[in-house]
Amino acid sequence: MTDFSVVGKPLPKVDAAAKVTGRAVYADDILLPRTLHCRILRSPHPHARILSIDTSAARRMAGVKAVITGHDLPVKFGILPVTQDERALEHEKVRYVGDPIAAVAAIDEEAAAAACDAIAVEYEVLEPVMSIEEALAPPKDERIQDYGGPHNIHKLVALEFGDVDGGFARADHVREDVFFFQGNTHLPMEQHSATATYVDGRVTLWSSTQVVHYVHRALAKVLELPMHRIRVIGAAHGGGFGGKTDPFAHEIIVCKLAMLTGRPVKCTLTREEVFYAHRGRHPVLMWVRTGVTRHGRITAMHFRTALDGGAYGSYGVASTFYTGTLQTVTYDIPAYRFEGCRVFTNKPPCGPKRGHGTPQPRFALELHLEKIAHDLDLEPSAMKQLNFVQPMTRAVNWLRITSCGLDECSRRVIDASGYRNRARRPGHGMGFAISSYLSGAGTAIYWNDMPHSEVQIKVDRGGVTAYCGAMDIGQGSDSVLATIVAEELGLQPADIRLVTADTDTTPIDLGSYSSRVTFMAGNAAIEAARKMRDLLVEAAAAKMGMQGAAVQVGAGRVGDFSFEEASVLAEARFGTLTSAGSYKPPKIAGPYKGAGVGPSPAYSYSACVIDLDADARTGLVTVNKIWIAHDVGRAINPLLVEGQVEGSVYMGLGEALMEEQSFRKGLHKWPSMLEYKSPTFLDMPEVQTFIVETVDPEGPYGAKEAGQGPLLPVPPALCSAVHDALGVWIDEVPVTPEKVVEALRRKEKGEPARYGPTRFPAVPYPPAIKVEPPPKDMDRASAAAI
Amino acid sequence: MLRDVERVVVSLQVNGEPTELLIPVHKTLLEVLREDMRLTGTKHGCELGECGTCTVLVDGLPELSCLLLPVQVDGRSITTIEGMAGGSELHPLQRAFVELGAAQCGYCTPGILLSARALIESNPSPSRDEIREALAGNLCRCTGYVKILDAIELAASRGL
Repeated sequence: MTDFSVVGKPLPKVDAAAKVTGRAVYADDILLPRTLHCRILRSPHPHARILSIDTSAARRMAGVKAVITGHDLPVKFGILPVTQDERALEHEKVRYVGDPIAAVAAIDEEAAAAACDAIAVEYEVLEPVMSIEEALAPPKDERIQDYGGPHNIHKLVALEFGDVDGGFARADHVREDVFFFQGNTHLPMEQHSATATYVDGRVTLWSSTQVVHYVHRALAKVLELPMHRIRVIGAAHGGGFGGKTDPFAHEIIVCKLAMLTGRPVKCTLTREEVFYAHRGRHPVLMWVRTGVTRHGRITAMHFRTALDGGAYGSYGVASTFYTGTLQTVTYDIPAYRFEGCRVFTNKPPCGPKRGHGTPQPRFALELHLEKIAHDLDLEPSAMKQLNFVQPMTRAVNWLRITSCGLDECSRRVIDASGYRNRARRPGHGMGFAISSYLSGAGTAIYWNDMPHSEVQIKVDRGGVTAYCGAMDIGQGSDSVLATIVAEELGLQPADIRLVTADTDTTPIDLGSYSSRVTFMAGNAAIEAARKMRDLLVEAAAAKMGMQGAAVQVGAGRVGDFSFEEASVLAEARFGTLTSAGSYKPPKIAGPYKGAGVGPSPAYSYSACVIDLDADARTGLVTVNKIWIAHDVGRAINPLLVEGQVEGSVYMGLGEALMEEQSFRKGLHKWPSMLEYKSPTFLDMPEVQTFIVETVDPEGPYGAKEAGQGPLLPVPPALCSAVHDALGVWIDEVPVTPEKVVEALRRKEKGEPARYGPTRFPAVPYPPAIKVEPPPKDMDRASAAAI
Repeated sequence: MLRDVERVVVSLQVNGEPTELLIPVHKTLLEVLREDMRLTGTKHGCELGECGTCTVLVDGLPELSCLLLPVQVDGRSITTIEGMAGGSELHPLQRAFVELGAAQCGYCTPGILLSARALIESNPSPSRDEIREALAGNLCRCTGYVKILDAIELAASRGL
């Protein structure tokens, strides 16, 4: 094993001191002189045509400096090139309660709010579409969007890999199940906030965003300015979880208002507005049919999904594919058919939340296999293990698997929890589940041939500054970058100055989503740092009269010199000391349309066991302990990896037990932190975390992702444990006491002992595109070469 | 002035320094701290008393600054996160949070640190369950609370 000096050490985060002292400056902490405050008028109707907007009274009010509507920002935008369906302000039609219509800049927030109240909007109210079933039927009034179809269908996909019919014919046992995963939201502690200035013809925006680059692109498009006249800076970030990955209306609005008024303009969303901004977990209805041999070996699988997308596209096309892609990177499925559908409904748009489109099918798949094991009288965890993928293989849908710690992760949690030797008593149960997730999406959101991550390093009289567009959203990406640069230059992370997430000063990074930063920016940082080290070593070697290879770098020294002395020698020899590195994922996507969603340079793996008590009288589930093992490839900082794993477990538990974004008569039922239930200190059980290191051949020092995968096994493990405790299947989340009690009542009456959807709707999927599976060993040669 | 707003003079002892302010009577302590005094270390997540993010200490006890009017605490002593460290020396709780990675995005951290400080000052060696009970009003979405509990235990074990 390589000997590292700072990689692998549980060092404090580089921004920890700023965060514990209140010095970190978040977007809402920014208040520039002469700032105007912006409020946004939002639709009170889930679905309506706008007949007129009268802003004249608002414009006359004291303190009001500007009022804008959709006529001022007519250009459409959207995160995916194929779904440019949003406007910063809608002036023709509103599609959910909370859709933005007009915005006011005034000298204070109260004046802006009063002016919003004075804007008169005339609507023609349309029948809202509030469920997947309604969206599949002909609309009563009109369609929500004018693309997609039939009816309110947004996207349909159908793919088939290998001989699915043959696989089912070979099976000894075939089972079908239907599951539902309710939608939920990110609920970041920080409300979205943005401040813009317009000085000398240039726009500057400070925002709470996960991706400065995508905001930059959307601003250039909607404001109709070249990108070089716009600067986007990521402020200290108060939590994203995927919810701040889209460009948002308020970010565009404050820029436009700053351009019109010539003054700084700020907008901070209220907590209620954060629920409307959403882009959270899609509610997904799922049907799965699997054939197995009598020993439990999978012969074929057919998976159908229907996603309730809300009113706009957002990442939805990608989300739809994601509900079908990653089933194959945990279990060896020799033949696989996937049919996916996303519909539009009159709700805030869904998008990417931690695990993006994959926790829902993971929930269904894990429980479905558990049920098959019960059918065959097999031990569920052993039957799953029988089907685990192997390292360095290709899945049937062409996804390339490199390192894979599934076996070790499973062994660790099964052994530590005593899952296989558990004592059986009514009301107590244990459940096991596994998962996998991407270490960054292998293809960019908009097609291009440029790197996904770039890092520059400047060394000047011993001081090291690293520049990267990546946004630290609390996961610690700044600390990872500092650790990598420090490792290569023989310094400590605290010695590295960082400039990140600023489109004027930092080279591109596609931002904090799809768990990509450690892998991609990390590899770029290694390249940049090694180039810098070569310069320092060459200069030191020349002075020492030695070959470069003989010069040791470490502990703040380069050969015979201190780091500062070596930097002076190198600058004298080469001039300004700068270096750059970049990362482009390998081209590994399969040869079919839709193959761009799913490939990742490496997949993380997790396994989880949950121990709980379930009260048959009240239906209340009390989680006693969770064991989680996560294959992170290599932990660049184990403290941060544990934090990501524990946070993922927590969020998965919230989704499993209580979190739900639901609606009544077109209205969000609970757009507040009190009523939208999330786990508190009192709800969180003890968590035992095992870090598994498989040293991925392409990861930085072998590292893979840690922040999303460990969420995924928690909901299915919880439902398996509830079944273990009470003998009822809860086939949808959240697992509320009402559902448990109802399932028990059905069991008592001799009905199927379950709670969950009973049927999957008729979706007009197109004929499946048939794709030939790849040769299993197609990457063996290239893997050996790495 | 835009509107006919009643204003009051309040005297607050903020982080040990006497402060006199003329403020609209309806402005919350949270708003006065952040906007009038520019003490932006105090964060907000809901402004409705639901999340605990805006917690400050009033005479040493945790209070939600979004639900307090300065007139209610006239003459009292307020501690915000800016007043927690002793000069450039971190408070033992802050040090433990740094060492154990208890702050991820860090947005809930000021409120949690102040709640924890009030707990440890009244109960120097709290059990894990006592910490959970005392912190139950502070939400965190990043950490799963695990490292926060560990850090508070570590700080308590070292003494204040």
